Amino acid sequence: MGSFVLRRILYAIPALIAVSLISFLVIAVPPGDYVDRLAETNAAKGDIMPIAEQEALRQAYGLDQPLMVQYWNWISAVVARGDFGYSFSYNLPVKDVIWPRLGLTVVLSIASLLFIWVAAIPVGIYSAVRRYSAGDYLFTFLGFLGLAIPNFLLALAAMYIAFAWFGHNVGGLFSPEFVEAPWSWARVLDLLNHLWLPMIVLGTAGTASVIRVIRANLLDELHKPYVTAARAKGMGEFGLLMKYPVRHALNPFVSGQNDIFVDIVSGGTIVAIVMGLQTTGPILLEALRTQDMYMAASFILMLSVLVVIGTLLSDVLLAWLDPRIRHQQG
Amino acid sequence: MSTIAEPTEIAAKPQKGRGYDGHWTLVWQKFRRHRLGVAGGIVVILAYLVAAIPEFLAPVTLEAYNPAYSYAPPQALHWGRDDGEGWRFGPHVYAYTTEIDYNSGRRLFATDPETPINVGLFVEGEPYRLLGFIPTNRHLFGPVEVGQPFYIAGADRLGRDILSRTIYGARISMTIGLVGVALSLVLGILIGGVSGLVGGVTDNLIQRLIEFVQSVPSIPLWIGLAAAIPQSVPPLQVYFLITIILSVLGWTSLARVVRGRFLAMRSEDFVKAARLDGCGPVRIIFRHMLPSFLSHIIAVVSLAIPGMILAETALSYLGIGLRTPIVSWGVLLQEAQNVRTIASAPWLLLPGGAVIIAVLALNFLGDGLRDAADPYSD
Repeated sequence: MGSFVLRRILYAIPALIAVSLISFLVIAVPPGDYVDRLAETNAAKGDIMPIAEQEALRQAYGLDQPLMVQYWNWISAVVARGDFGYSFSYNLPVKDVIWPRLGLTVVLSIASLLFIWVAAIPVGIYSAVRRYSAGDYLFTFLGFLGLAIPNFLLALAAMYIAFAWFGHNVGGLFSPEFVEAPWSWARVLDLLNHLWLPMIVLGTAGTASVIRVIRANLLDELHKPYVTAARAKGMGEFGLLMKYPVRHALNPFVSGQNDIFVDIVSGGTIVAIVMGLQTTGPILLEALRTQDMYMAASFILMLSVLVVIGTLLSDVLLAWLDPRIRHQQG
Repeated sequence: MSTIAEPTEIAAKPQKGRGYDGHWTLVWQKFRRHRLGVAGGIVVILAYLVAAIPEFLAPVTLEAYNPAYSYAPPQALHWGRDDGEGWRFGPHVYAYTTEIDYNSGRRLFATDPETPINVGLFVEGEPYRLLGFIPTNRHLFGPVEVGQPFYIAGADRLGRDILSRTIYGARISMTIGLVGVALSLVLGILIGGVSGLVGGVTDNLIQRLIEFVQSVPSIPLWIGLAAAIPQSVPPLQVYFLITIILSVLGWTSLARVVRGRFLAMRSEDFVKAARLDGCGPVRIIFRHMLPSFLSHIIAVVSLAIPGMILAETALSYLGIGLRTPIVSWGVLLQEAQNVRTIASAPWLLLPGGAVIIAVLALNFLGDGLRDAADPYSD
């Protein structure tokens, strides 16, 4: 087991290097940089920025150097000192902005994942055991609907319902008085109070697909001879179901968790922008619009790292569940 | 003359769907049994029909606006009225009476039962060219008298008809999925084909690449790439750039399927036979292998289109995808930017309903096709 985990960690390293390169290039390669955008917005205000001043700014920010040098300076500082560079538009080191935001992204993503499990596993088991019942049809229909509604539309609809029916102005993860406050119990409670709506919105699509996976796999297992044998020995239906076929059906479910986690992190960006959450999404979009290079690259990098770590965890979990996987991969 | 046994007794009657029919007949027979798939297919065909002739189906043109009807609520359609001598058929809507609320600065609309606006089928309206070349001015339905207010699904900020705009939006939203998937398909067949045919180290490398692309969070990257398109790029080019951006990350699942089929088929007897007959690799691929997994590819393609539609809608909604004057469902949803606007004009979400219906229908169709793609199992 130990060597398997070690091997997986080694596999993750080239992925991380590639991810860092891509996040940087996506931001840096397109024409125009932050100074151009700054000059544009200033010009729109009637304040022309002299070329010499633009060049001086470029030099100060290191934007005049070749791309690869810029990349190397950035990534070596990230790895060596946890220094993500400087945010031009915030006038702050990126790391001061990124950690609290990333923390909340992790909290929201994990909450959505837990919601998916809690909602989807029992429903999937029910749908398989009571196949073609009214409940099964209802859940199948809701599942398809959950897959078809775009995340941001669901977010809008949820906010509309909360606003029009309950008079809540839902937006953000905190009440106004807690946004800038230091962490305290009251702030945690306030967060939990706001977290459930984005959690459900983000979890819907995943819930739908997990229900389908569990239902399909459990249906394959339910009529296998070992189930008949256990039943013939007089085992109770519920204990039998939980002890044998459900455990079998959970393996493909666990291996699918990785894709679902990627979707949560990825879709979380848009939901956060629409709902105005204090996670990575809104800042990333703003940074991309203003070409705040290090800020945008660092956010994409850290989101991808989050996903790579998620993949690693789900691989390890699967290997722990299923010895065949531990041994087969050399 | 000697008697010969009746031939009918010897030759078994060919059974329908039991190995005597061609591949596509079997696929069709299996698909027909998947009711949701068939229903989805019908809706998809209708949606593409709407995308082909929006000028005819929409009551007014894309440009029609009237600030006097800003945020006008939907009118109810009445099928007839009682004129004293009994009920008479005659569909109509009622005109609005407006009043300005000086506290909120908004217009308040009420319907005026005194002034009915008659509605008819095949009415005359703005002239246009059907399918781009047939000049006409007939619209499927609309007010009998040109220019009367007719907002059966409400109006937006500038008093434009939401229904007409949603109908026009189908053109871009439905085709961007097709164009994007076509690009992904080319990439997927090329890369997946090489991976499955060459095998060995190449296959291993391509598999790692696919795993990597699939593990990158796609939406932040899409946002990153889309935000890099300068504001000065003309709309049509933006359309193509967006499809390219969508397919850069979208080809992987297609490549996986193609590779899987190639691997499975490489050792099949009929491929071996073709090779022993001296067919070149190109002929083997296109003449022998491709026809037998074409149905799988069609199924995967129809399942990939909804993802593209959803992605385009999301990007356009955020203001970094398509933009006006191009009208897609995502661009239309930009009007519904905050909760207060939606609370006062929920009909702005109608294009979202169109997205959901299109995506649902494509998913059902894809599910049916996937089941039918392999008609020999079961």
